[in-house]
Amino acid sequence: MSAQSNKESLIKIENMSLEYGESINSTLALKNISLEINKGEFICVLGPSGCGKSSLLKCIAGYVKPTAGRVLMQGKEVDGPDWHRGVVFQSPTLYPWMTVNENVEFGPKMRDLPKAEIKEIRDFFLDEVNLSGFGENYTFELSGGMKQRVAIARVLANYPQVVLMDEPFGALDALTRENMQNLIRNIWKENNTTIFFITHDVDEALLLANRVVVMSKQPGEIIKIFNVDFTNQIFEKGTKEVIYNEDYFEVKNEIMDIIHSQID
Amino acid sequence: MVLNKKKNNKQKEKPAANNPKISRESEKNKKTKTEKALTFITWATIFLTWYIVTKLGIFTPTLLPGPARVWNAFLRILENGYNGVPLWLHLGASFKRLFVALFFAIFTAVPLGLLSGYFDKVEAVIDSVVEFYRPLPPLAYYTLLVLWFGIDDTSKQILLFLAGFAPIYIACVSAVRKLNQDFVLSARSLGAAQKDVFFKIVLPASLPEIFTGIRTAFGVAYTTLVSSEMVAATSGIGWMVLDASNFLKSDVIFVGIIIMGITGVIIDAGLRFLERKIIFWKGHV
Repeated sequence: MSAQSNKESLIKIENMSLEYGESINSTLALKNISLEINKGEFICVLGPSGCGKSSLLKCIAGYVKPTAGRVLMQGKEVDGPDWHRGVVFQSPTLYPWMTVNENVEFGPKMRDLPKAEIKEIRDFFLDEVNLSGFGENYTFELSGGMKQRVAIARVLANYPQVVLMDEPFGALDALTRENMQNLIRNIWKENNTTIFFITHDVDEALLLANRVVVMSKQPGEIIKIFNVDFTNQIFEKGTKEVIYNEDYFEVKNEIMDIIHSQID
Repeated sequence: MVLNKKKNNKQKEKPAANNPKISRESEKNKKTKTEKALTFITWATIFLTWYIVTKLGIFTPTLLPGPARVWNAFLRILENGYNGVPLWLHLGASFKRLFVALFFAIFTAVPLGLLSGYFDKVEAVIDSVVEFYRPLPPLAYYTLLVLWFGIDDTSKQILLFLAGFAPIYIACVSAVRKLNQDFVLSARSLGAAQKDVFFKIVLPASLPEIFTGIRTAFGVAYTTLVSSEMVAATSGIGWMVLDASNFLKSDVIFVGIIIMGITGVIIDAGLRFLERKIIFWKGHV
């Protein structure tokens, strides 16, 4: 199940650039991005704010068409959003007119799965995000962390090939965020999910990812990619003590230096 | 992927309470005791002033009938009807026109408005026409409608339909325009087709504005109704007031106006009640 042993390519981004706006007033958001996402990987993208991290995610999701280059998923060019690439937004876009159950069932229902299977999937993933018993509640009755867990369960219920997350824990308080990080790590490990995760928090990236992509300020380019293993160590030991190790500091400092050099 | 999972190696944090008792009712709409008292005092003052002014005899009863006179007129109309026609028949005639027109207005304006917000081409066809006739005073073209459709209910219903259509249509267009795009994107990423996005996301998300549009439409249609009855009718609450004014029966005019006001408030309260039941999530988006 280990992410490193599995090298099957899932998404391939080839020389992708993205420009917003018309000719003279256009801004270059992304420049020459090439990246490969393998099955079972947990990739975190780090970068100063406004560097085009979210634009990169939107291109992969199919919300935005790149100006140059292309995004391939299993050899086929991405053309619009579909359920193989689930998206978790920064603020959960749960539908307030539906209960928690109906929100989680939405994806499978749209794909016309049999009723019994939908129920089974829904119960499984609500349990996975520790929200069994809340199914009949409406989403506005939940706290911020609970809402984001419903949003995660809703995306996972489709068994997407890759889960794209755009600073999903950015709006949560520190304690809730730590719980959510453990939760998403466990889900990743247990279901062998592929996760593409955007954050501006260096610790969050190092604690979750097995690959950290550091981007430059606008126009966003990939500066360096770090292969790290802290997430697996935390998973196996069940504690976060790796963050006191020398090698954690070294990587963190290097990343910090790159990011600071970009902000100046 | 299998639905079995290993229970070990997993720290589960169960929520403290499994069924939180969180209220589903929003507190915002509830009036406090002071506010209720203020409303009550306002109306008490109005009635008191009315009573005192008539008691002092500043105006003749024909110009300003006192509360007692109006009340007696109301009882008289309740008992004998007006012009031999019972009061409820007058009200029924008015409301039939109103509700038939609003029913058709809702069932055409909502889909057309949502489609216009969704597809620019549909908007290009409908919008300019609506914008053209919307500011026109309904009575300006009512004569034409009477010439084309006759003096009976049909012309009135078409007039009210046109009056009610515009606010609902405009509310629907703006609802779709203001829609949180992430709702649509997330639905597409969950596998929803265009049709599902429309019925499962766009329509429910637009309901709060649709309801506001319907309430506005009701107000506009009600005003138009009374004016149209004053132009050409032989029944209806608006006609009753006009007929009474021809014979200077000011107590009947007062009865008619008060009945119109109260029924208007009641219908709007009913619409708001429906809104709270259907759009219980309003304000939580």
